[in-house]
Amino acid sequence: MTDKHALTAEQFDDPEQEHEASTLGMWVFLGTEVLFFGVLFASYAVLRFNYPEAFAEASRHTNILLGTVNTAILLTSSLTMALAIRSAQLSKHKLTAGFLLLTILLGILFLGIKGVEYYGEYEKQLVPGLNFAYEGDNAQSIKLFFYLYFIMTGVHAIHVILGIGTLAVIAVMAWREWFSSDYFTPVELVGLYWHFVDIIWIFLYPFLYLVSRG
Amino acid sequence: MNTSTVLQHRSYINEGYGLKSWLITHDHKRIALLYLISITLFFFVGSMAAAMIRLELATPSGDLVSAETYNKLFTMHGVIMVWFFLIPSIPAVLGNFLVPLMIGARDLAFPRLNLASWYLYTLGGGFTIGALIAGGVDTGWTFYTPYSSMFSNSYVVAVIVGVFIVGFSSIFTGINFIVTIHKMRAPGLTWFRLPLFIWANYATSVILVMATPVLAMTLSLVAIERILQIGIFDPALGGDPLLFQHLFWFYSHPAVYIMVLPAMGVASEIITCFSRNPIFGYRFMAYAILGIAVIGFLVWGHHMFVSGQSMYAGMMFSLLSFLVAIPSAVKVFNWTATLYNGTISFEAPMLYGLGFVGLFMIGGLTGLFLASLALDVHLTDTYFVIAHFHYIMVGGAVMAYFGGIHFWWPKMSGRIYPENWGRFSAIVIFLGFNLTFFPQFLLGYLGMPRRYHQYPEELQWLNEISSAGAVLLAVGYLLPLLYLLWSLRYGRIADSNPWKAKGLEWQALSPPIRDNFEDTPVVKEKAYAYIPEH
Repeated sequence: MTDKHALTAEQFDDPEQEHEASTLGMWVFLGTEVLFFGVLFASYAVLRFNYPEAFAEASRHTNILLGTVNTAILLTSSLTMALAIRSAQLSKHKLTAGFLLLTILLGILFLGIKGVEYYGEYEKQLVPGLNFAYEGDNAQSIKLFFYLYFIMTGVHAIHVILGIGTLAVIAVMAWREWFSSDYFTPVELVGLYWHFVDIIWIFLYPFLYLVSRG
Repeated sequence: MNTSTVLQHRSYINEGYGLKSWLITHDHKRIALLYLISITLFFFVGSMAAAMIRLELATPSGDLVSAETYNKLFTMHGVIMVWFFLIPSIPAVLGNFLVPLMIGARDLAFPRLNLASWYLYTLGGGFTIGALIAGGVDTGWTFYTPYSSMFSNSYVVAVIVGVFIVGFSSIFTGINFIVTIHKMRAPGLTWFRLPLFIWANYATSVILVMATPVLAMTLSLVAIERILQIGIFDPALGGDPLLFQHLFWFYSHPAVYIMVLPAMGVASEIITCFSRNPIFGYRFMAYAILGIAVIGFLVWGHHMFVSGQSMYAGMMFSLLSFLVAIPSAVKVFNWTATLYNGTISFEAPMLYGLGFVGLFMIGGLTGLFLASLALDVHLTDTYFVIAHFHYIMVGGAVMAYFGGIHFWWPKMSGRIYPENWGRFSAIVIFLGFNLTFFPQFLLGYLGMPRRYHQYPEELQWLNEISSAGAVLLAVGYLLPLLYLLWSLRYGRIADSNPWKAKGLEWQALSPPIRDNFEDTPVVKEKAYAYIPEH
């Protein structure tokens, strides 16, 4: 392990301090992310309170089948992510890279299905600002629902894309045997981020797809 | 090379030469100086707009600029001063320089992130200045919808992008400080031995990371709404304008504490040092900082007493706003108690520090007027409000910022500035400030509304006093720029602790070496262990 000390940045005394600092930094960053999405959830709550019927009507136009499949895919990707961290801790380099790759593929699959959904909504002329042409009494408020729908899922998708990019870097590092039972902080931090992205979706799914069905 | 000579030791300043060694530096001290330079530039751009505003208001008729240009001027003044000067000033310059030094660390926890913060700050500033050159914005710094999202015919989106980017700079600085203060303190430096400046920056960082994302997302919604013409905030399209105000002030009221808490930290350091007395009630001072940070999050609704929010919400927000006065008063009383029986010397930083306490007190007490529901209805959107928040933000934050720059100048530059010039400029700023803003309390009480470029003739004499004061204030701001630059070359060489102060930062050389300390210091005594001389 010749690299071990080179991996500790100069401002830290030891790897343990670096691990603690990086982890705390990631948690604080995720805290800011919660508040970032908090604005969208607050806006959703206010408008849903103002227009309960319109929002119920609008949510029935989302594609629940694809939304549910996507939820399952994202949850599975959190599992493979957790397995990647575990195998990094056990110094199993190739296995780590494999699980990371699997996580990336599931992320890409999620984005692909999201794209199919978006295309469906485009065809049904439900995209505000582009081709929104819904008829009916509640058209105005339904437009607001879809505005929020696209912003919320869009911001989430940007997070998935950034996550995939970071995972790719980490996967290459894992393949080159950077991580071991002594040093796996980056894998763990990306894992935290990925679970966060997953959790946000766990809130988006019922709000946008489920609430008024049944 | 005349009088003075080259610096004696290797320091962070002469460790590398050339522009490149500064632009890719990871050294928190160099990044602090980069911030100092860019923030000073923005301060002067924002001041130019203020000067134009005061010039226009010297006469009752709108004869200097059109109403439209006037709107753009006060918007430019607000946007630049709030986001590019007041919010980053003390944390990014003094905090960056001092947080690792004061806690005995070699650097911040994430030096590269720190450099990225500065680049984001510069990029965001570039966007904003670009938009202002292209034609400006006329929405006011508050971007109230639906005017900003649907009607304004100016560069709203570009400025929002600028503010969004600079927001990320704040968030990164905040994360860096929180992690550094938690994880990188020197051995023996427990939480209740930390200098109050560190406590203040810690609380500020918490506010930064909790409030800034809300602003970023809210302004993004305004920008998207403006581009796509869909109204979450526009009542004509089914949206809710009150929602915007809630989200905006959820950031922007705590933002006041982002400006004033670090200022309180600076004042505490200065006052205890120049009265040679340990700070009175240290623990309560720390709790008060945290108290202000927490309550500061719960009072945003007092900006909306006349906006149509429910009466009960108004009453609740009024009560909570009064509560902020308690920890604020604790701080003022404890500074006073620190001075009591102290051996006070009136050096330039002390004059700034005392000026801060006086002006903050006037600003805080007039805040109580505005927190009162009924009185606020009379005073909303008048010059009373303008005077109040300038007393807090300029009288408070800027005074402390200047005081801090003077106090730590020997540490930053290794040079001593001419003391009498320092005292003189502190007095000029104090007088100029009061002359500018005190008449505005009267103007507001008499009913002069804000954001108008003309006014009835009977209000002219007060406006003339105010404009004359602005001239004096401008002189006061220019003086330090001149003599501090002068001192860089001709000032006396400073030893490591010219004020005989107690903080860890004074144990480092002046200017400090790259790693701050030769050996990690070990802390054995509590903060401010001054021995009173009587």
